[in-house]
Amino acid sequence: MQKTNTIHPSWRSKLNYYIQHGDRPWNILVISMAILVFILIIIVGYLLWTQSSAARQQFGWSFILPTNNANWDPVNGQFQAWPFIYGTLITSLVAIIIAVPTSLGIAIFLAELCPSWLRLPLSLLVELLAAIPSVVFGLWGIFIFLPAVVTPIGDFLQETLGFLPLFAGPIPVSGASRLAASLILAIMIIPTISAVTRDVFRAIPQSQREASLALGATQWETIWRVLVPYGLSGILGAVIIGLGRAVGETMAVTMVIGNSIESSYSLLRPGYTMSSVIANEFAEALNQTHTEALIEVGLVLFFITLILNILARLLVWWVSRRNPQEARA
Amino acid sequence: MTTAIEPNTFPVSQTAEGHKRYIQPRKNYASRQRANAIMLTLTGLLCLLAIVPLFWIIGYVIYRGGQYINLDFFIQLPKPMGVPGGGVLHAIEGTIILSLLSALFSIPVGLLTAFYTAYHPNTVLGVIVRFGTDVLSGMPSIIIGIVGYTLVVKPQGHFSALAGGVALAILMLPTIIRTTEEMIKLVPGTLREGSLALGAPEWRTALKVTLPAAMTGITTGFMLGLARAAGETAPLLFTALGNDRYEIGKIITSGVQNHLSIFQVLGNIFEQPIDSLPLTLYKYTQQPDPALVNQAWAVALVLMALVLLTNIIARVVIMIRSPQSRG
Repeated sequence: MQKTNTIHPSWRSKLNYYIQHGDRPWNILVISMAILVFILIIIVGYLLWTQSSAARQQFGWSFILPTNNANWDPVNGQFQAWPFIYGTLITSLVAIIIAVPTSLGIAIFLAELCPSWLRLPLSLLVELLAAIPSVVFGLWGIFIFLPAVVTPIGDFLQETLGFLPLFAGPIPVSGASRLAASLILAIMIIPTISAVTRDVFRAIPQSQREASLALGATQWETIWRVLVPYGLSGILGAVIIGLGRAVGETMAVTMVIGNSIESSYSLLRPGYTMSSVIANEFAEALNQTHTEALIEVGLVLFFITLILNILARLLVWWVSRRNPQEARA
Repeated sequence: MTTAIEPNTFPVSQTAEGHKRYIQPRKNYASRQRANAIMLTLTGLLCLLAIVPLFWIIGYVIYRGGQYINLDFFIQLPKPMGVPGGGVLHAIEGTIILSLLSALFSIPVGLLTAFYTAYHPNTVLGVIVRFGTDVLSGMPSIIIGIVGYTLVVKPQGHFSALAGGVALAILMLPTIIRTTEEMIKLVPGTLREGSLALGAPEWRTALKVTLPAAMTGITTGFMLGLARAAGETAPLLFTALGNDRYEIGKIITSGVQNHLSIFQVLGNIFEQPIDSLPLTLYKYTQQPDPALVNQAWAVALVLMALVLLTNIIARVVIMIRSPQSRG
């Protein structure tokens, strides 16, 4: 019979007792990694805030306030970001206006109408559209989509609605304009919005559909008067996620928007967005103030997307709490 | 007030004033059926409309890119302006190195974090990390680029592959954490409990039981994250910057000739600015030279094939693996 370790514990079993057979280091490791990720998220905001502090003090609120003739002059150190903020807002807004009805239709078709053999391949195709790198969208946009689609649409809009300031001015022959950016953005966010909306529809209990159909409603009435109101907050969440993507999208927009600071507010003229000005100027920033001004543009972008994301997640979370079987979107 | 009741009117209703009156249904059955048919067809058409750009892009990229793709394209460096031929070897090497670096940084962190959030979803840290991951995944990639710049480029004083790798790692992290977490949750709890009941410590259970059981799903999650990172340009613009003279073979041979240690060689590899496929594509489209634009289409073809194939494989695997997404 061997002596048991309990009487004269070896250093090894003491160590095992202390570290609980490796569980204590493992837990510490896992928790510290989780904390690391948490710190990383904090760092993103913190860096943007501190790195732009001089610019924030120097320019104050006039940096982001609307002006008609904004000043973006790296040589003389004068910076006002309104044209970029306007560019981001208008392109994302137009993209959302185009994308939301389309995505809603797609989601309804995928979740409610599509025969089951078609559902998987069709969902896959729509999601693949989201996987195409945004530079490829930009390349296709510059050489194919802009001349073939955007320029004719722009000409048409100018002829019919040209009296409105929003549709004023001739569209460049190349098609590079805020309208082009909006259309490309719409194509890029449709997969996102429709995928989340489809999941929202599929999380709605079957009894809702059956009750409505049993009352004599047609399928469309069931969808429009029962399912859409039931999933409205989830759909809203999907729209906000899409808006967040549109606001942050960089490369495709940079390649098709024309990158010019004009005082024009027209959709048909070239413009600039917050992300595209950072992409274009950051690596070749002339001086410290220029870099800080660009980081401050990034900070504004960060706050916009942060607020949108928190809103969207809260909405989707609220829906999923109501329907526990639904996964996180 | 009519005396005869028409067949498709509803009979009577009591109004607030006590009068009886006939109610006309707002629409008759035929028009409701028509609206139904029109709207349902419309949703199908919208679905087709969304597929059109996909096939338009894929088709055109294959058509244009296919004309300019050849062996030289994969094994040669770019030629000087105006000289025909040349390839994008530097960008292919760069994409591989950046992907490896970002995987190296993000996979261990992401994996362990997912173990935490999967098993402790309702602790304060768990909720914060999950929420933060969601927020991070919605963060514009250009902002991740600024973070990479201030974290690595600024302290070091020069652009480098390392900075690009860090930026891409931050970008990949949410995808990795979330897919891994979902896959760990799909592993039956009984499996874990069985292992713990047999006396295996928590870490052995995690590494030897849970991880292998969830491995397929986790690998596809990594692949999706890598594919996303490999297609990104914005975070690299001012971290990796681009370098069309990059040649890993030359760095290694010169290292061997000069009897450098392996760490110095690795340093030489990671401390230089580096190109990647999407970055090259973006730069070539800014050039007036049509030959470069043609090469840009070829790069687009390679990039898209890489990203789409990864995505298709990963999604099919996930669909097969996870029971809830079936049907």
